[in-house]
Amino acid sequence: MTTLHDETEAVDVSDPRLSRFEIVKEGARRDDIEIVTYESQFHGTDSKAEKRVVRNIALLFFIAGIAGIAFVVFYIAWPWQFELGNTLSDYYTPILGLSLGIALFCLGFGILAWAKKLLPHEVSIQKRHDGGSPTDEQKITGQTMLFVAEELGQGVQRRPLLKGAIGLGLAPLGVAAAAPLIGGLIQNPHRDNPPMMFSTGFNSAFNNGKQVRLTRSDGTPLRPEDVSTGGQLTVFPGIPGGATNEWADSPTLLIHLRPEDADVARKNADADPRNKGSMWGDYIAYSKICTHAGCPASLYEQQTNRLLCPCHQSQFNITDNAQPIFGPATRRLPMLPLTVDDEGFFVAARDYKDTVGPDFWERP
Amino acid sequence: MKRRKVDLAQAPVTLAKGVDERYQVATPLRALLNKVFPDHWSFLLGEIALFSFIILLLTGTFLTLFFDPSMQEVTYHGPYAALRGVDMSAAYESSLRLSFEVRGGLFLRQMHHWAALLFVAAIVVHMARIFFTGAFRKPREANWAIGVLLFLLGFLAGFTGYSLPDDGLSGTGLRIASAIMLSIPVAGTWISASIFGGEFPGHLIIGRFYIAHVLLIPAALLALIAVHLGLVFKQKHTQWPGPMRTNTNVVGERMFPRYALKQGGFFMAVFGTVALMAGMFQINPIWLFGPYRASEVSSASQPDWYVMFMDGLVRLMPNWQIYIPIGNGYSIPPLFWPAVVGLGALTTVPMFYPWIEARRTKDKAIHNLLQRPRDNPERTGIGAMAFTFFLVATLSGGNDVIADKFHISLNAMTWAGRIGLLIGPPLAYFLAVRVCLGLQQHDREVLAHGVETGIIRRLPNGQFIEVHQPLGPVDDHGHPIPLEYGGWVVPKKMNRVGALAPAIKGFFFPVEKPAEAPVSPALPPVTAGEQREEITSGR
Repeated sequence: MTTLHDETEAVDVSDPRLSRFEIVKEGARRDDIEIVTYESQFHGTDSKAEKRVVRNIALLFFIAGIAGIAFVVFYIAWPWQFELGNTLSDYYTPILGLSLGIALFCLGFGILAWAKKLLPHEVSIQKRHDGGSPTDEQKITGQTMLFVAEELGQGVQRRPLLKGAIGLGLAPLGVAAAAPLIGGLIQNPHRDNPPMMFSTGFNSAFNNGKQVRLTRSDGTPLRPEDVSTGGQLTVFPGIPGGATNEWADSPTLLIHLRPEDADVARKNADADPRNKGSMWGDYIAYSKICTHAGCPASLYEQQTNRLLCPCHQSQFNITDNAQPIFGPATRRLPMLPLTVDDEGFFVAARDYKDTVGPDFWERP
Repeated sequence: MKRRKVDLAQAPVTLAKGVDERYQVATPLRALLNKVFPDHWSFLLGEIALFSFIILLLTGTFLTLFFDPSMQEVTYHGPYAALRGVDMSAAYESSLRLSFEVRGGLFLRQMHHWAALLFVAAIVVHMARIFFTGAFRKPREANWAIGVLLFLLGFLAGFTGYSLPDDGLSGTGLRIASAIMLSIPVAGTWISASIFGGEFPGHLIIGRFYIAHVLLIPAALLALIAVHLGLVFKQKHTQWPGPMRTNTNVVGERMFPRYALKQGGFFMAVFGTVALMAGMFQINPIWLFGPYRASEVSSASQPDWYVMFMDGLVRLMPNWQIYIPIGNGYSIPPLFWPAVVGLGALTTVPMFYPWIEARRTKDKAIHNLLQRPRDNPERTGIGAMAFTFFLVATLSGGNDVIADKFHISLNAMTWAGRIGLLIGPPLAYFLAVRVCLGLQQHDREVLAHGVETGIIRRLPNGQFIEVHQPLGPVDDHGHPIPLEYGGWVVPKKMNRVGALAPAIKGFFFPVEKPAEAPVSPALPPVTAGEQREEITSGR
C-alpha cells in the first residue's frame, strides 16, 4: 500500500515550504481522503459572531465548574442520612442529580458548541474499498487453507487408525471437559421423597407423620372462630420455617364462606371426586399459588366470590372448586382438605391432592 | 562529564519516534485520525446505547462494593422504620443499606437503573433506525444479527439485575421465570431445578444471577459491542444519499478533531440526562415492596418496560393447554407459547431478516447508501407491523393499570389486547404502505411540477392558476423538465429553496432555515450565504 502511494506521491513532505495543513492534506490523500472544504465558520478573524460563540462556550464551562463544585459540596455537607418524616435528607438525591446533571449538561453542550461552531466546517470524501480482496489474493489464501486441510485430511484418510483414534479417543475428552462444568448444576427434580414437585409443607411426612396445622405467618395455630364470616386469611404449614420462602409452594388461602355461598361450594366440591369432603363447615382452603405462573392469587373479591391473580389476571371461582373463569390459567387452584384436631385447631387432613403451582410437562 | 541538555520542546518528538520504532504505529494511527464519518442525527442513537453501557459499568461496579448476593435470612435493623424487625434475605438487606446508609448510594443505584432502561431503549430505537433505512443490507447483515443478540443480552442483563435486590417485585419476577422454565416440554422441571438448585426459590439463585449479571453477561456484551463497533469501523458507516455521495465513498468529517469532540460532548449530555433522571425521578423504590414472600404480591406489579411485552403476551394468551394422553398424561401449559416460543421467535427471527429480504428481492449488491423508509414500502410496512405488535403487547403488560386508571373493565382490556394483537399489525402494515406510496408520489409530483409558491395568478381569460417554482430547468414552453428522484429529501417549501430569510437570529437555530440550507447534511452551500444585517432603527 505505502509503496504504491510513494510512487504517485503528489507532494514532497520534506519540502520545508509546505504548511502543516498541506502535510495533513497529503496524509489524508494517502488514506484515500479528499478534503473538499475545511473553512472557518466565521468571516475574518476576531469577528463579532466568533467572540459571542466563545463567550457562550466559556459561560457553559464556568457553569459546569460551578455546578460540579456545588455537587461536591452538597455531597459532603447536605444531611444525607435517612430519617423518617419530611427532612432535608429527602432532597439529598434530587439535589445530587440536579447539580451533577447541570454540570454534565453544560460541559456536554460546551464541548458540542465548541465542535460545531468554533471548529472549521469540513467536508471530506473517503473512498470505500468494498467487495473483497484482489482475486489473486483470494486465490492464494484459499489455496493455502486448502493446503492445510489437505495435509491434515489426507493424513487422516491414509491412516484409518488415526481416524478411529480421533473419533473414539478425543471426542470423549470433549464430553469430559463439559461434564464437570454442567454436571454439577443438574438437579433431579424427582429425587426427593416425598417428591418436591408434588408435595407441600402440609404433607404429614414433614411433621413426623402428624397432620400439619394451619398457622399464621408468625407460626401461631388457628381456630375456626379466628376467621370471621366472609373473611379470608393466608395460612402456612405449621412446621419449622413453614411461613418462609423455604416452603414457597405452601401458602394457602383459608376462606370462611357465607352460609349460602358455602352451600354452593360444598355441593360443587362434593360433586368432584378429588375435592369431595375437603371443606370443613363453611371453611374452604385453596392453594394461593396460581396455577398459571406461580404468583400468589391474592385478590379476593368477596362480592363475586372470585379470586384474581394480580400478575396475569387469571380469575378463579371460589364456590366452584376454584375453576378458572378468565385469563391465561387453565387449571383450577388445588383445594386443601381441612379438618380440626383434638385441640380445636385447623389441620390439613392430608396434603393437596392436585399439584400446587404452575403447570409442567410431567404433571399427571 | 558534560550534562546533556534536555530539550523539552523536542521531548514529544523523541517519544513518538521511540514508540513508532517499536510498534510501527505512524500509518495506522494516521488512518484512524483521518477516518471519515458521515453525519446525521439518526446515526447517534446507537451511541446513546454505548454511552449508557459505559455508565452502567461505572455505576454497577460501585454497587457491587456494597451489595451482598446472599439469600441468608437476616433481620433488618436499619434506619427505615417500616421494615425494622422484618426477616429478609441478606441481598435485600444490603440493597436497603445501599439505598439508605451509603452516602449517595441511592443516587448511584437509581443512575444504574435509569441507565439500564435507557440502554435497552436506545438499542430498540437504534435497531428501528437500522431497519427502516435498510442499513442492515449487504455487507452489514452480520452486524445486524449481532445487534439483535445485543438486545437479547441487554434484556437478560436487565432481568437478572432486576432480580438481584430480592424485593417483593423481583421475587415475583423470579417466580414467573421459574414457571416459564417449568412450562418447557420434557425438560422443564429439570431446567428449573438445575437453575434454582432445587425447588423454587432455593438458596442459590441470587448468587447465580449475580455472577451472570456482573461477569458473564457484561463480558459477552463487551465482546459483542467490540465486534459490533469493529465491524462499523472496518466496513465504514452507511450514509444518506445526496450530492457527491455515492455507494463507493463516505462524505463527512474526519474523526479528529471535530467528529470525536462532538461525540465527547454528546456523551457528557447523555451522562447528564441520566444523572438528572437518577436524581429527580424515583425508580424501583425497593423499600416500598418489602422483602419477597411467596405469599405476597401487590396489584400493579409491572416489570421493567422492556419485559412488559412478554408479560403482555403472557396475559393475552388464552388458556389453551395441550394434553397428551400417554401413560400418566403429559401437558404443555399455555405459558410455554408466549414466554418461551414467543420470546425465542421474537429475538431470533429478526436476526435473519437481512437474508430473508435479500432472498426475496434477489438482491446481491453491496449497499452503502441508506434508503428513506418511504422508498421501500414493504419493509416499512413490516417494521410498522412489528412495532404495532410490540406496542400492543407492551400496553397489555400494564393492562391492569390502564383498566384501573381509566375505569375500564379488566377483562375488556384483555380482550382488546387479544383482538388488537391480531388486527393491529396488518392494519399498521396497510397504513404504512399507503403512507409510503403517498409520500413517494408527492416527491415525484414536486420534482415534475416544482414547489407550490402559494401565489395565484389570474390569466387574461379570467382563469386562476397556481404558480409553481420549478426545481430544475424549464423547456421552451416554460414547463419544468421532470427531475430524477435522488433518494433524498425533495424541497417542498419555498424557503427550502432560498426564498425566506431566517426568522430569528441568535443563539437558537433559525425557525425557518435560510437559503444556505443544504439539500443534504454536511454538504457545503453552493454559494456562501449572503450576509444579512440586522434591521435597525437606522441611527
